[in-house]
Amino acid sequence: MSRFVDLTLAGTANGMVYAALALSLVLIWRSTRVVNFAQGGMAMITTFIAYSIVHRGGSYWLALLVAVLAGLLIGAVAERVLIRPVENKPPLNAVIVTLGLLVFLQALAGMIYGGTPRSFSPAFDIRGYQAGDRRLLFSPADLFTVLAVLVVMAGLAVLFRRSALGLRMRAAAFAPEVARLLGVRVARTLTIGWALAAAVGALAGILVAPSTFVGPNQFDATLVFGFTAAVIGGLDSPLGAVVGGLLLGLALSYLSGYAGSNVVTLGALVVLIAVLMVRPAGLFGSTGERRV
Amino acid sequence: MLEVEGLQTMYGAVRALDGVNLTAPAGSITAVLGANGAGKTTLLRTVNGLVRPRAGEVRLDGELVTRLAPEDLVRRGLGHVPEGRGVITELTVEENLRLGGLWRRDRPGLRADLAQTYEMFPLLAERRARAAQTLSGGERQMLALGRALMGRPRLLLLDEPSLGLAPRVTAQIMAVLRRLRADDGLTVVLVEQNARSALSIADRGVVLNLGRVVAESDAAELAADERLRHAYLGF
Repeated sequence: MSRFVDLTLAGTANGMVYAALALSLVLIWRSTRVVNFAQGGMAMITTFIAYSIVHRGGSYWLALLVAVLAGLLIGAVAERVLIRPVENKPPLNAVIVTLGLLVFLQALAGMIYGGTPRSFSPAFDIRGYQAGDRRLLFSPADLFTVLAVLVVMAGLAVLFRRSALGLRMRAAAFAPEVARLLGVRVARTLTIGWALAAAVGALAGILVAPSTFVGPNQFDATLVFGFTAAVIGGLDSPLGAVVGGLLLGLALSYLSGYAGSNVVTLGALVVLIAVLMVRPAGLFGSTGERRV
Repeated sequence: MLEVEGLQTMYGAVRALDGVNLTAPAGSITAVLGANGAGKTTLLRTVNGLVRPRAGEVRLDGELVTRLAPEDLVRRGLGHVPEGRGVITELTVEENLRLGGLWRRDRPGLRADLAQTYEMFPLLAERRARAAQTLSGGERQMLALGRALMGRPRLLLLDEPSLGLAPRVTAQIMAVLRRLRADDGLTVVLVEQNARSALSIADRGVVLNLGRVVAESDAAELAADERLRHAYLGF
């Protein structure tokens, strides 16, 4: 029983990171109908920036703040410069551009920092909480992860549901032409969407860095799980991203705990296929067409 | 209020608009008529900036606005009710309405206008929190119209507002337009296939055929011209 509790807690913490990445992907998909294959690369760069700050003696919190701000900037620039030209073109163009950006970012990081993974210390203790005479597989650092992602999600929900900007962004995503006819600067909301998504990704990167280490390719596995979570949840749905992330995190945790860590990647694939067979648009996805 | 001169719009190799001239005096209702494919919608989409013309000029209240984007034209007093209503079904009725006024800076004015819109369209007030998807065709038309009015336009473009609507509902819409012209001096350019109902409230009429203007005169005169009616307007 205690093993089950352990695995559930660990799965929740991991799941929240996948959910954050999935949320970034959903944000970008909903606003620009582009799958951002470079999401992990952007998160990796911002995490490296955070690493550099900590390395030079800055505090974790300063590094986190700068990373999120860098994320906002990188996301905005990427949309404005790279994605804007391909937004209304065939989807394959955007796929190529984002994949190219990913390769570029990983190569850039490799050139600046080299390929050796660096360690990154979290702000909180990584030893599990004391529960009676055992330690749970859930630490203050994990609790921070879960809470941080929940706060961000709540913030995004309030932004989208309650604010004027959120209304503009939703209108621009659902009906861009009509929105323009009502005076919404659609192009600007797309840039903001990308900036927000990259900022959320930056947070996810910082949260997962202590366990994956920081390096050009260290986030690859996490990113794949983030994608899987997004697809499971339905690429259209922010709620789906969260549920998909949690579901995947828990499923992989149980698999790893009861069947061994070798089958984790295979397990992710099985979960993905199982969900898509029952609900092809993802758990919360709308049944509209998706091209990539 | 609106002056269009020599407007030419191409869709690929097709001349959708072939040198269109049109004048809509301030405070008037101008009906743009013609068969399917005559270029009526293209004319509106070129005027409101969604489509770039190849040649020609568009002036709004004397200001040259030919290549401005729709977002900028809205800020200069242009409102548009698209073909098929363009109601955003994923949003609620109130969100659709608010969206129409979001570009404006004056919050108190917005609140007042929203209240006034609900007064003008009580049906919308009843359904304010419902998803726009649940509205009928006529209700959606009211929503699209109310939404465009939230931007306090000086010139309102409507693309086939009576399409798919029962005659009674169409009459209601037309009555609202007449009132707006009378009370607020709103200039209206109305594209319609239902020429009869359009001419019944319009001051002036313009008939398009194959991208060209074939007739432009007083609405009453157009309605009385039987040859023209039979040739281009179907009645």
